[in-house]
Amino acid sequence: MFGAGGGTTSYKEVEDTDLIILWGSNARETHPIFFHHVLKALHRGARLYVVDPRRTSSAQWADAWLGIDVGSDIALAHTLAREIVHAGLANRRFVDHATTGFDDYLGLIEPWTLERGEAETGVPADLIKELAHAYARADRAVLCWTLGITEHHNGTDNVLALINLALLTGHVGRYGSGLSPLRGQNNVQGGGDMGAIPNKLPGFQEITDPAVRAKFETAWGVTIPPEHGWHLSEMFEAMERGELTTAYCIGENPAQSEADTIRTERLLQGLDLLVVQDIFLTRTGRLADVVLPATAAWCEAEGTVTSSERRVQRVRKAVDPPPGARDDIEIIYELARRLGHDWGEPSAEAAWDELRSLSPMHAGMSYARLEAMGGIPWPCWSEDHPGELYLHSRLWEDPRRGRPAPFSMVEHEPPVDVLDERFPIRLTTGRRLDSYNTGVQTGGYSSPMRRGETIDLAPEDALRYGVGPGERVLVSSRRGQVEVPVRVDPSLRPGLAFMTLHFQDDVRTNFLTIDATDPKAGTAEFKATAIRVDKLPAPARAEAAGEKEPHGTAPPRPASVPEPAAAVAPGRGGSWT
Amino acid sequence: MATSTVPAPPPVPVAPPARRVGLSVDGQAVKVPEGSTILDACSALGIDTPTLCFLPTLTPVNVCRVCVVELEGSRALVPACSRKVEEGMVVRTDSRRVRLSRKMVLELLGSSVDMSLSPEFASYAARYGADPGRHGPMAPPAPAGERDRAHAGHHRPSPPGTAATVGQPVKVDNDLYVRDYARCILCYKCVEACGVDAQNTFAIAVAGRGFEARIATEFDVALPGSACVYCGNCIGVCPTGALMFKSEHDMRERGEWHEERHSTTDTICPYCGVGCTLTLHVQDGDIVKVTSPLEGDVTSGHLCIKGRFGWQFVQNRAEGEGRGARDPD
Repeated sequence: MFGAGGGTTSYKEVEDTDLIILWGSNARETHPIFFHHVLKALHRGARLYVVDPRRTSSAQWADAWLGIDVGSDIALAHTLAREIVHAGLANRRFVDHATTGFDDYLGLIEPWTLERGEAETGVPADLIKELAHAYARADRAVLCWTLGITEHHNGTDNVLALINLALLTGHVGRYGSGLSPLRGQNNVQGGGDMGAIPNKLPGFQEITDPAVRAKFETAWGVTIPPEHGWHLSEMFEAMERGELTTAYCIGENPAQSEADTIRTERLLQGLDLLVVQDIFLTRTGRLADVVLPATAAWCEAEGTVTSSERRVQRVRKAVDPPPGARDDIEIIYELARRLGHDWGEPSAEAAWDELRSLSPMHAGMSYARLEAMGGIPWPCWSEDHPGELYLHSRLWEDPRRGRPAPFSMVEHEPPVDVLDERFPIRLTTGRRLDSYNTGVQTGGYSSPMRRGETIDLAPEDALRYGVGPGERVLVSSRRGQVEVPVRVDPSLRPGLAFMTLHFQDDVRTNFLTIDATDPKAGTAEFKATAIRVDKLPAPARAEAAGEKEPHGTAPPRPASVPEPAAAVAPGRGGSWT
Repeated sequence: MATSTVPAPPPVPVAPPARRVGLSVDGQAVKVPEGSTILDACSALGIDTPTLCFLPTLTPVNVCRVCVVELEGSRALVPACSRKVEEGMVVRTDSRRVRLSRKMVLELLGSSVDMSLSPEFASYAARYGADPGRHGPMAPPAPAGERDRAHAGHHRPSPPGTAATVGQPVKVDNDLYVRDYARCILCYKCVEACGVDAQNTFAIAVAGRGFEARIATEFDVALPGSACVYCGNCIGVCPTGALMFKSEHDMRERGEWHEERHSTTDTICPYCGVGCTLTLHVQDGDIVKVTSPLEGDVTSGHLCIKGRFGWQFVQNRAEGEGRGARDPD
């Protein structure tokens, strides 16, 4: 945020804050131990507001649940902002001191009256007003979000709209006030920190900055291309154009995790060379020319990961890998050696120390300190620096240090996959408590709560379509279709359905999802698919009941499903953040 | 730009500065911060106080009574784990009365409950000369379900010459945990970890009264029919082995559990981005149990089902093949 890609607050501050907003986050199930910190705050008397299309188990703890229509987050943010401004609750002194673009922002939000906000988001006007006043009046407030904000074709704009709210109210840069994106995976943050993004070198140093490049070029003895690379969606576009012909996938299974599976598999199969380095022979691995068996980084190798509070923590080797599997770092060193670069003996700590010498924000994090302090949040400039609990306190300093924080001019844009009479139901996807992503890891243990994939429907919709719990139905989108049993879920509002991506060997949910992606982050719109639900004819239902094969078929589409009518964004892949 | 009028950010919410409270423990003067307990004061002086139901991450419930101390001016012995210090208190932790009380409590617990998996218990019993056997051999265990059906006040004495027990068969009703209530001392730790002190799921509570009191799910349904979400945090706090991972239980049944051969390594959970520390307990090259350090400020020792049980994929790689993927980032 404002130049540093990480959340501004710590979990401890969440315990001490006065108001928490969970926006597009079901932390109770997807970040359960973070939610323990939220619960501590609630027991202290803090208030919780949950913005989510579903009345989730997190929402059950909330003072109020704002049941938002999928993909209308910017509309809600702007409506909240307008109400805050018109009620005289904007923190004008902070805005004047620390931000730019406020006048333009006022113009942007002015049309978003409570009435228009209610019409666009489905959230009752009085609830929008209540949250606006509560957030602006709170002494301290933390705004948290997860994939409900980012897995949209305009996910980056969604985030910027939330940041605007924090700037408007001064809820950033102070103890207990901040912005917290809860990271979906144990080292998403660390991947960004280490420069595994197309526009930054390690430590969020801009690749187009000649001074930055010169530093790395001196250390590495190579020339670094001075332009931004491709993010994942752009890589798939480049495959489509025939410009990207070789891919090396490390610990990623795009054949199952990407939206629009059919297209993804076609593009991966069309590569000249696909190398997959993974701990399992994944579906992507089965498409590969070369498979490099790797170790499980969190228990079979040494290294670090970075958490949602920017805390760098050590992972350690506890068990030996299976025969033939090698540490990722060892594989990469060996590959370099065969390409004519001898980097010496592979060592996680040596690689880390090299990073510390090049990334100022990690400079003070020696392995010894990480060990002694149980992890350190970045930035940590030197070995006598404790790391920053929260970021951007500079915005409050007088005189302010550094650049002011800009309001972002972002417009509400509804989801790409439009609802119409043929595809009248909004399908959104997410995780359940006991499972994780494509289920490869969590499939390894037996959970008493696990019930396999279902399409969760609102009770009203189940009645409308004449389907009942456990009944297999045909779910179709403009891209594909799957057969899946129904689960009736009263936490869903009419017109909203829910599925996970956990059981793709049984139900290939990503046959349905759309690959419309956010142009800035490359994240696919997993959260907003237009679907229809059809009863299966009686014989098909009987047949389906005994069937063991994965369900989900590519086109040809049945007569009832038309060719894509709506404008779909140019083909792209996507990534999970 | 009205920079001069910008207020400094509101101050960090700290509690009022804690005063130091002076007291005497076993004749030694000590000062501890206001709000500390007698147990804290004892710890500050290096006095080792026995505890069973106490854990720093849980609210004290004062039920096991092994930490009681003598407080001048108090008619009854007081629990050190919860009694807050007051200026001028005079505390005795090793008087005859304290030793006798601790000994009796240990004997009553040891005569009625299987304490063989509590390492602390044996050392406490030795320290206080407790002989649980003097109440006679343990009465035979109750048949399955009998204690769960007991009504308050309907206690039947044990056969003459035997010590009444809470013995009953182990409850095995799911693949992740077992509940062996023959080992349960009703310390409430599991109830608190399931409740407001951590998980806030409230799947279990103490049911019944007196000697028939026991930990139960609502209407004593099996765990899969209860509100349980299998975080395992109850197991994490259980001091007597009454709650146990099924994998550990099965290994113990087969004689394959060898704690003396265990090593532990701390690492970070491979699932979501919260960054919970996992302590991997490894026996002969295999992970056999996962816990989290109590003092960790992210977890306070608590985990979710994925962190607690989701490690198994590492050891059954072959089965994982074809099951899709390690995950995207």
